This record gives sequence, structure tokens and C-alpha cells, in this order.
Amino acid sequence: MILDGKCPTGPIEKTWDKHRFDLKLVNPANKRKYNIIVVGTGLAGGAAAASLGELGYNVQAFCYQDTPRRAHSIAAQGGINAAKAYPNDGDSIYRLFYDTIKGGDFRAREADVWRLAQVSNNIIDQCVAQGVPFARDYAGYLDNRSFGGAQVSRTFFARGQTGQQLLLGAYSALSRQIAAGTVKMYNRREMLDLVVVDGVAKGITCRNLITGELESYAADAVCLCTGGYVNVFYLSTNAMGCSVTANWKAYKKGAYFANPCYTQIHPTCIPQAGDYQSKLTLMSESLRNDGRCWVPKNKADLAKHPDEIPEEARDYYLERKYPSFGNLAPRDIASRAAKEQCDDGRGVGPGGRGVYLDFSTAIKRVGADTIKERYGNLFEMYEKITDENGYKRPMRMYPAPHYSMGGLWVDYNLQSNIPGLFVLGEANFSVHGANRLGASALMQGLADGYFVIPYTIGGYLAGIKPGTVTTADPEFKKSTNEVKAYSQKLLSINGKKTVSEFMRELGGLMWENCGMARTESSLKDNLKKIPALREEFWKNVKVSGTGGELNQDLENAGRTADFLEFGELMCRDALHRKESCGGHFREEYQDQGEAERDDVNFCYVGAWEFKGEKAEPELHKEPLKFDNVHLAVRSYK
Amino acid sequence: MSSHNEHKTMTLTLIVWRQKNATAQGKFDTYTAKGITEHHSFLEMLDVVNEDLIKGGKEPIMFDHDCREGICGMCSQVVNGVPHGGQERTTVCQLHMRKFKDGDTIYIEPWRARAFPIVRDLIVDRSALDTIIQAGGYTSCHTGGVPDGNAILVSKPDADYAMDAAECIGCGACAAACPNSAAMLFTSAKVAQLAALPQGKPEAAVRVKKMLDAHKECGFGNCSNHYECQAACPKGINVKFIAKLNREYLKAHLG
Ligand SMILES: Cc1cc2nc3c(=O)[nH]c(=O)nc-3n(C[C@H](O)[C@H](O)[C@H](O)COP(=O)(O)OP(=O)(O)OC[C@H]3O[C@@H](n4cnc5c(N)ncnc54)[C@H](O)[C@@H]3O)c2cc1C
Ligand code: SF4
Ligand code: FES
Repeated sequence: MILDGKCPTGPIEKTWDKHRFDLKLVNPANKRKYNIIVVGTGLAGGAAAASLGELGYNVQAFCYQDTPRRAHSIAAQGGINAAKAYPNDGDSIYRLFYDTIKGGDFRAREADVWRLAQVSNNIIDQCVAQGVPFARDYAGYLDNRSFGGAQVSRTFFARGQTGQQLLLGAYSALSRQIAAGTVKMYNRREMLDLVVVDGVAKGITCRNLITGELESYAADAVCLCTGGYVNVFYLSTNAMGCSVTANWKAYKKGAYFANPCYTQIHPTCIPQAGDYQSKLTLMSESLRNDGRCWVPKNKADLAKHPDEIPEEARDYYLERKYPSFGNLAPRDIASRAAKEQCDDGRGVGPGGRGVYLDFSTAIKRVGADTIKERYGNLFEMYEKITDENGYKRPMRMYPAPHYSMGGLWVDYNLQSNIPGLFVLGEANFSVHGANRLGASALMQGLADGYFVIPYTIGGYLAGIKPGTVTTADPEFKKSTNEVKAYSQKLLSINGKKTVSEFMRELGGLMWENCGMARTESSLKDNLKKIPALREEFWKNVKVSGTGGELNQDLENAGRTADFLEFGELMCRDALHRKESCGGHFREEYQDQGEAERDDVNFCYVGAWEFKGEKAEPELHKEPLKFDNVHLAVRSYK
Repeated sequence: MSSHNEHKTMTLTLIVWRQKNATAQGKFDTYTAKGITEHHSFLEMLDVVNEDLIKGGKEPIMFDHDCREGICGMCSQVVNGVPHGGQERTTVCQLHMRKFKDGDTIYIEPWRARAFPIVRDLIVDRSALDTIIQAGGYTSCHTGGVPDGNAILVSKPDADYAMDAAECIGCGACAAACPNSAAMLFTSAKVAQLAALPQGKPEAAVRVKKMLDAHKECGFGNCSNHYECQAACPKGINVKFIAKLNREYLKAHLG
């Protein structure tokens, strides 16, 4: 089937304004009659729940943590983009739009990206009004830095904790609505099913993580804002609880999963220290503004202390390969370059899996105090984990899974192919194409939550009658029974291997065969191994405790079971996409190490439809058209 | 890098608070953690113990955690009597086993405070902190319809001061460390952040009153200047914000 994103047509600059005007409105007096479920209260969900509550809708919001303030968005460090052009350095909405399309390697929709760039400026204003303490210059104006391969300074930041401050802003707006009674917050709930009645999304089934009880919630629309899925690699920069579960359950109820193979491997993370390790820690990309990446030119120097390796024996490989972008080359490119050096046997640290990120030049130029002011918390974090001092000795970095560009397919209104199901933030696939630029995920989450969904959901709700379905509908009972049976099955296997042993094994397969580089044979290998591992899981996993209590082992088992299915879809998608683009690098399709896109055959969004447990999923395509940005080879040389 | 230590491992005795649910009687149980290296984080050490427990058919030790990088505020354990374990500016998830020695005995307990009922094992209910924020820890701005970000100038010292306060991760260690179980450091951090910024000033008086009322109603005690909170705070939130809160409260009553 050919999918239609229902993007408005006409001059791109007018698309969002025109569309907003064309959308139907819900009468203010009627808004409170509509119930909206928001699953996830990170930047996307927190902003959406607060804004929809304020508009007068009845909102029920859910998260798995003990409070909305802990969503994974909290961990974002570097910053958030906006096209304010305060520094007068040539930025504009058009340039942000252009950079995002190009950065995404021409695999995103123009209209969606335009809208993102357009509303980016409102986000900054909104956050400032909330009291987000963005960095200021001495005159009291908002400060900017350049970030993630941008040639203009358009990134706003709050020390190294931008995500935290933005999330706390959204959380404060949400708290205000909770106090006002427009939003009812359900903490420590995990959504384990989407309830679809007559083809329309009408509610969810959740597990109360404290009591273990299964609960049904009905609504006129459901918004999934449940974040990304890179924990499929087991080791990633995501929080431990991040999972594909909400998205996957929706997929199995008919929502299309778009571009699952597009995952971002972030170039600057602290290398793994041992097999017991549970997660990887990101060091903000902003470090590359002042840090220089290098490895020894000669393998003979690998064992030496970095200070003993003279300038001329160092290979500043990014500066060498990409003279105009240097250390600021986009993430996919910087990650692959690091891997290339390590694969060439010139990686540093344990297992040769690391490159140096060196601040000595910058410290000489601006002084250690300035570096400390810019990145103090990151150096501190690095030292806590590695016991090394980054001011005195270059840091060691290695790429790690970080972000998922793929996600549930949505149209321009953020509505999935299931009417009434909307998907926001990292959980959808929409604006980053095959590669996301730095500081643009925070922007997208807040754009979707504050400035897109409040308009587009109205267009949907205005066309339906409120409250037609309640939890008395048999679909809710059916869903609850299915979830209960599923948990019981997990608990009753009582095998020999723990949940984390399976998850580690799956993560290893994904990283080796569907990670930074993929080949037809590695992917085919996974398409055999993953189903085998899944089969073993359902025969031999050991899950402790019962369903009727707080049970973290059961929570993890459920998430792992979903990853074991999802991983296969990811490989299938990666196998079918016979080109290299952005974060998807197929070794067969390259031109001397640079990704080789195939616009003739693959300039589309690939969206997969679930066809049953035993059947193969079906691929649907949404062709991409580029009327404003000329399709071109993405070069950063 | 200390690769010479790579193969040295530690064995530790853990004395851990186990409690089945909110109403059950809790008690300490003893466990052995084996094969721990200096690179393990404290929570990774517990992961190792839990894997053994699960394999042995026993219930793993339940504890709250999520980001494991010191920013979400979810982890909450009292280690050897000190919330987060006593390393300066460090959450328990960022505490590393290089701070311990082979053969050490480690006591692990949940936050203890009247306003934080125990949920299970090391997990407590901290919704009281949300209640305090809901009482007024925000500016009442609407989505949309706000002025340009640069229309509101904020001097750099004010912005830095607000940011210092805003770094609070809402973990609740301050209340767990306080002899009176006061969450005053937490409350003051939000009051001070918003009071320092022009955007927060119009509601400053109402905010401080409402947040302090909520603090009391949640069952937190009063601040009597012990400063244990600051010592335990993993983000280095300074008690000067409590002084600021007191000034704001006085102003609110005089004004
Ligand atoms: C270490 C790190 C640094 C980053 N730095 C930057 C940066 O500098 N700039 C930038 O732009 N981006 C950055 N990113 C990316 C960005 O932070 C995320 O993409 C973004 O915050 C995602 O927001 P979200 O609202 O979509 O999802 P999240 O913040 O992940 O929120 C997901 C929500 O869904 C809930 N949830 C999930 N599953 C369920 C379920 N089954 N049931 C109930 N609730 C559920 C969770 O409780 C949570 O509330 C960074 C990411 C990481 C990991
Ligand atoms: S003030 Fe410190 S100890 Fe208290 S909640 Fe905030 S971060 Fe935790
Ligand atoms: S787990 Fe997030 S702060 Fe410790």
C-alpha cells in the first residue's frame, strides 16, 4: 500500500499556518467532555498533557517512574535548537529546516520538518516564561552555542543539563494542571496494551507497578509519548526502563512501525569497562566544540601514555577526513570514523575500543577555568566513572546506541494509521529521517507536545462524539485477559536463564550484526539467531515472584520479550533497505567509506504492518518528495 | 587507567533491608556479593547479587533506579547510614565500588522519613515531593502567548543563581538525612530558583506560602539548621537557599 502523510501542499512557508486554519476546532464548552490519554510524560508527553489540560480537555497521563519528573528526557545534556538567529550569524527558519532535512540524509518529510523549524522559536519563549534558567550572557541576553555540526550558533542550553531543565519546565506546567484538576496523573503504571474498538484507539491496559493489578482506561484519543527503543542493544545511553513495549503493543494492534532500522550511534560515550556493565554514559557532543579526536598513527604507540605521543604521531582523523567540519562532523559520520580507526587496530584503552578526546589545545587557548565553566559537570561525571581526570589526560570515548529515528508511523497530524492513536516525540518516526542532528530531539519533543498536538488533536476530536466507549466495552476485558495470560506464561516457565542473560545476548546480536555497520549476511544471520533466542526465552527464562505484587523481574521480562520480537523487525527493515543513509550503514553500499544513498529505489518511508505471530510483516511505502531542498549527496568534507 | 587491577575482585557482606510491601514487617537480611571489581557501580554490584538470588529461586532485592547517571533522582538508598553513600556530590548510582575494600560489610536501607512510606525493600513513595511542587512550584504561564525569550533580560548572576538551585534532582536525600525529616532543601531550591527570576516574581509571595503549607501537610518536619541535608545532597544544593526561602516567607508575610 502507498501511504499518504496528508501533508498540506503549496508554498512550504505557508503550510503550517494554512493547515492550522483549516483544522476544525472543538467548542471551548465541549472540550471537557473529551477524555485524552497521554502515555509518557517526558518532554513530549509532559508538554502535551499540560497543554491539553490547559485547553480544557480531561487528560489522564501515565508514566512508569514514581513521578513525571524522572522521564528519560532528564538526561539530555547539550542543548536545544531554535531558529532565533539572535547571534546574527545567518540563521533562519529556512536554514534550520534545510540543515535538518540534509542532516537526516533526505529521509524525512519536508512539511513536518518545516513546521518543526517554525515552532522552534516558540519553544524557547515558552521555556523562558516557565523559568527555565537558560545560560545568559553578561548583558542578560540568552546565550547560544554551535552544536552538532551546525555552522551557526542556534543551540540554547542550561549548563550541561538542558534536558533536565526543559523537563522540569514541562513538569512544572504539568504539576500546575494536576493541581487544577485538568490532568490526572498515574505514576508507576506501565502500558501493556492498546485497546482498539472497531478499528479506533479507545484506551489502554496498564499494570499498576506497585500492586501488580491490571487496570483499564478509556478515552476518546490516545497519545503515545513513550520514547525510543535503543535499549534493544542492551547497552545504550538510555535509562534502564526505556523500552519498545508501548510502541510494540500498538504495532501488534495494527499501528505501522516506520523505519525501525534507523538508529543513532552517538560518537562520544564512555567506553565499556566490563561485561557486568548495565548501561553506557554519554558525554555531550558539545565536548567536540573544544575537544579534538585522535588516535595514534602507529600501533606501536598504543601502550604509551598519551602525553608521550608527540603531535606528529597523532592522527586527528576527523580534521584530516572532514577539513571543513572537523571535529564537529555529524554524529553518524563521527561514529563511523571512530569505529574505522578502532577496526584498523589503532583504538586506545581496553580492547582497543576507544579514541581520545583531547582538550589540551583548548585549555591552552582559553584556559582550564573556561573549559571547566563550559563542561565542568561532564568532566566530573567522567571522573566518577573512569577515575581519570579529563583536564590532565585526554578522555577516552567510544560510540554507543543513543537515539531511535524510527518509530510508529504518523501523518502530518501526528496521527498513526489507527484513528485516534497519536504518537509524539522520540516514539514517532517523523522529522529526523535517517539521522538526527544534535539538539533537535528536545526541540521535537516540545514542538510536538506544546505546539502541534494541541491543534491537530482538535481536528480529530471535532469530528467524533465524546465518551462513546467506556471500560465496560468487551475489548477492555479481552485485553486485560490477554495481558494477564501473557504475564502468567512468563512467570510459569521457571527455566534456567535470567532475563538479563537473554537481554545481553540479544543486545550483543543487535550490536554486532545490526549496529554501526550492517551487511546482508550479518542481517540474515540475525534473522536466524533472534527467532532461535526468542524460542529459547519462552522455554528457558526464569522470572521470579508473582504477578500480584511489585515485581521488577517481571517488568524486565515483559520488556525483553518485546525487544526479542522487535529486534527481528529492525533487522528485516535493515535488510530490505539496500542503500546506506544516515545511521543505517550497509557496508555493500559505500563510496570509499562514505554512505551511498539510493534515491531512485529507496527515497521512501518504510512502514511495517503486523500480520500475525506466524506471518511475515508487510511493508508499506510512503514516497518522499523534495520540492524545496535539492536532493543531493550529503557531504561534510 | 588501572588495568593492573582488572583481575582483582572483592567479596563483600551486604546487610539489606527487606520488606515485602508497605504494611509488612521489614527486617535486615545478609547477602554476599562476590566477584566485584572496582569498576562496578554500586547498583551493578546489586545487579550481580540479584542475578544470583534469581537463579537460586529467591526474590531479588528491589530498588528504584533508572538513568544510572545521577540525573533522574530515582535511586534512593541509605548506604552505611548515609543517603547515597556519602561520596561528595554523588548519587548512589554513580557511587563506584573502588570506594570499598575487599571484605567490607555494607548496610543498605531505604530512605527513612515519615513522609516517605516504604513500598518494598529499598523503594519508597516520594509523591509528597510532587505535592509540594503542585502547590506552587511553577510560573502560571499559558502554553503560547508568552513574550520573546529576550524580552525578559536576566542578569548572568541571577541566571547562575537560579540554575544552581534548579539542579535539584528531587531525590529526597535531604529529607532522609534530616533529623527532623524536613524536605526544606528541596522546597527552598524551587522557591529560590523562581524567586530569583523576573518570571517568577509576580507569584513569589503566594508560592512560598503554599509550598510551605504543603510541606507541612505532607508530614515533613521543620528545619532547625542541622545542615545534614546539604552534606547528603548529591547535587550540592546549598543551604543558602533555605535562608532565601526564609526571607521570601518573611517578605510574603510582611507584604
Ligand atoms: C544521554 C542523552 C543525552 C541527550 N542529549 C540530547 C541533547 O542534548 N539534545 C537533544 O535534543 N536531545 C538529546 N537527547 C535525546 C532526547 O533526550 C530524547 O530523544 C527526548 O528527550 C525524548 O523525549 P520523549 O518525551 O519522546 O521521551 P522520554 O523522555 O523517553 O519519555 C518517555 C516517557 O514514556 C514513559 N513510558 C515509556 N514506556 C511506557 C510504558 N510502557 N507505559 C507507561 N509509560 C511509559 C516514561 O515513563 C516516560 O515518561 C539525549 C538523549 C540521551 C539518552
Ligand atoms: S535538594 Fe538535593 S538531596 Fe534534596 S531532593 Fe534536591 S537533589 Fe535531592
Ligand atoms: S538512577 Fe538516576 S539518579 Fe541514580
